[in-house]
Amino acid sequence: MMRHLISAADLTRDDAVLILDTAEEMARVADRPIKKLPALRGRTVVNLFFEDSTRTRISFEAAEKRLSADVINFAAKGSSVSKGESLKDTAQTLEAMGVDAVVIRHGASGAPYRLATSGWIDASVINAGDGTHQHPTQALLDAFTMRRRLVGRDAGLGQDLAGKNVTIVGDILHSRVARSNVDLLHTLGAEVTLVAPPTLVPVGVEHWPCEVSYDLDRVLPKSDAVMMLRVQRERMNAAFFPTEREYSRRYGLDGDRMAKMPEHAVVMHPGPMVRGMEITAEVADSDRCTVVEQVANGVSIRMAVLYLLLGGNEPAVTHSRTEEK
Amino acid sequence: MSKILIRGAKVLGGEAQDVLVDGETIAEVGSGLGAEGATVVEADGRILLPGLVDLHTHLREPGREDSETVLTGTRAAASGGFTSVFAMANTFPVADTAGVVEQVWRLGKESGYCDVQPIGAVTVGLEGKKLAELGAMHESAAGVTVFSDDGKCVDDAVIMRRALEYVKAFGGVVAQHAQEPRLTEGAQMNEGVVSAELGLGGWPAVAEESIIARDVLLAEHVGSRVHICHLSTAGSVEIVRWAKSRGIDVTAEVTPHHLLLTDELVRTYNPVYKVNPPLRTERDVMALREALADGTIDIVATDHAPHPHEDKDCEWGAAAMGMVGLETALSVVQHTMVDTGLLTWAGVAERMSHTPARIGRATGHGRPVSAGEPANLTLVDPAYRGAVDPAGFASRSRNTPYEGRELPGRVTHTWLRGRATLVDGKLQ
Ligand SMILES: [Zn+2]
Repeated sequence: MMRHLISAADLTRDDAVLILDTAEEMARVADRPIKKLPALRGRTVVNLFFEDSTRTRISFEAAEKRLSADVINFAAKGSSVSKGESLKDTAQTLEAMGVDAVVIRHGASGAPYRLATSGWIDASVINAGDGTHQHPTQALLDAFTMRRRLVGRDAGLGQDLAGKNVTIVGDILHSRVARSNVDLLHTLGAEVTLVAPPTLVPVGVEHWPCEVSYDLDRVLPKSDAVMMLRVQRERMNAAFFPTEREYSRRYGLDGDRMAKMPEHAVVMHPGPMVRGMEITAEVADSDRCTVVEQVANGVSIRMAVLYLLLGGNEPAVTHSRTEEK
Repeated sequence: MSKILIRGAKVLGGEAQDVLVDGETIAEVGSGLGAEGATVVEADGRILLPGLVDLHTHLREPGREDSETVLTGTRAAASGGFTSVFAMANTFPVADTAGVVEQVWRLGKESGYCDVQPIGAVTVGLEGKKLAELGAMHESAAGVTVFSDDGKCVDDAVIMRRALEYVKAFGGVVAQHAQEPRLTEGAQMNEGVVSAELGLGGWPAVAEESIIARDVLLAEHVGSRVHICHLSTAGSVEIVRWAKSRGIDVTAEVTPHHLLLTDELVRTYNPVYKVNPPLRTERDVMALREALADGTIDIVATDHAPHPHEDKDCEWGAAAMGMVGLETALSVVQHTMVDTGLLTWAGVAERMSHTPARIGRATGHGRPVSAGEPANLTLVDPAYRGAVDPAGFASRSRNTPYEGRELPGRVTHTWLRGRATLVDGKLQ
């Protein structure tokens, strides 16, 4: 039985659809006057953040509280990452406190995997983003957002994203969001195309289940969803691209480019956006942009994940996998 | 000193013979030798090799005695069948002066478990800026002939050129840790399919190969010899093969772990697999084995790199790079090279004793197993099978990638100039 959520690649199609369907149920809770379920009453969840990320932390926190869990926020200092004992020591401290789940954000790729597999702790581990590796709940909330927009809220139940064309644009090399999305979208049957300057695509990408293009304009007309990734300005200091202007011109999404997309297609962004860099204000503020929905959907997805991993009576994520066999 | 009769040993894997040691020297090799006054060791067909020589060991003393000392490191060496180790210069303080290399040399003498030949730093503080006093280190009691900034690459082409030229005056050699620094900033593992998936910073093969290509050309230009540390990629093999075909005086080493392990293991995020240069791909491993077999790669060197537990019991990114290797080296070589038919035991003796001794000018080591030679000997039981148990290591550190892995062969005896340092697998 799956006790942890470390990588989007660990999810089967049925795992993922179950999470999306459960998230739809959770979303209905948000429409009720009392937005709380008793599902995790008496369970303790700790949000262990070695990296600052207020938006991800409060999303998890909202999800945990709506499920009536006891929540502990533990912000470890970024500097402690440099000295390795801190992760183990912190884990053992949490273990002694009897926590049921650890939501971990860490700057080092693989830290959640280590936490889950090193015998330091018994709790379920949920990866809230590790280095440039994975951010599975982000991929799930993105898939949820796409399914709602492209298939339909009710029509989407039980469905995957088969046949949908998703384009992910930007700093693929340094992006855990891109890695998670490629894995999950492929599992859900979507066709993924990555678009970036060649410097921002990892060596080895040819083994990923997706296409790679260097030409955004060619890809836009066949995209059902275009996901713009944040591009840090500092990357240009390491010669990943010459100037901010050149990057925007070749890979940024502005109104003219958006017009090349099919009418039904959506623009997504995991946030925070760098307006004027990868996305113009015109696009960011348009109806086709799902940034705000993604935030709301993030809470539903995280409720679903916590519920399925910790819910007790209900099947946890892999349970469904066994049933399907 | 007493006599020892090693009875029925397959010398270099050949016919069983008796070897009589008298004092510090091999007195006789033959069959049916008399045992009068000698301690008899029944070899029962085990393999007798010249004492192994490791051109690349990190003994950590001075400065990191929490991970290894000269004493614990040489005990580990004796356990692994080594009678001579070359101690890398990246200690604290760095072994970049006559004083430090003499200190390490003296500690080695006092340990008594194996000869310790200090390696001197090429540049002051391993900083790659200014040549260390190479001549003074050579002239010192330690008699340094191998110079290396190992851990760091001598990346400045002019400094490298000068070092290659300068040590010619006294027959020295520069051992290069080939790693282009700019191409490996933030590097955590081999750059390729696995790093792309794991989101770990890539250490591209070209960062090694470009330095090796430059250095063999520099060595050719100035007529010097150069030694390449821990060669790890198929491309590096091709460059060294080409250089040798041109007559360039280059020698190269491969570590046991690069002969066996691949970057697929990094998927566990277990830092016990974190090492520099990183574990590469299956294709590289196969090319390295082939190159060691055909002589393109001259020697096996352990790059024994002890680290305290806490430096590995953490997340990948925070962990130290390196693996201990002295106590498993011969088993890994047997597993990857002998049991696969790529190398005979005589070939193992060549690559783990004769040639490293010759490259490092380790007098008295890497000699033939014959009468009149120093009795530096290693007896190996190739039939042994057992899982690696780090708890039994003599090294102060336990950072082995082989824990629990079944490996063949075991060193049962080691003699350093006729004195047993290891008997029946037990340190003396
Ligand atoms: Zn090195």
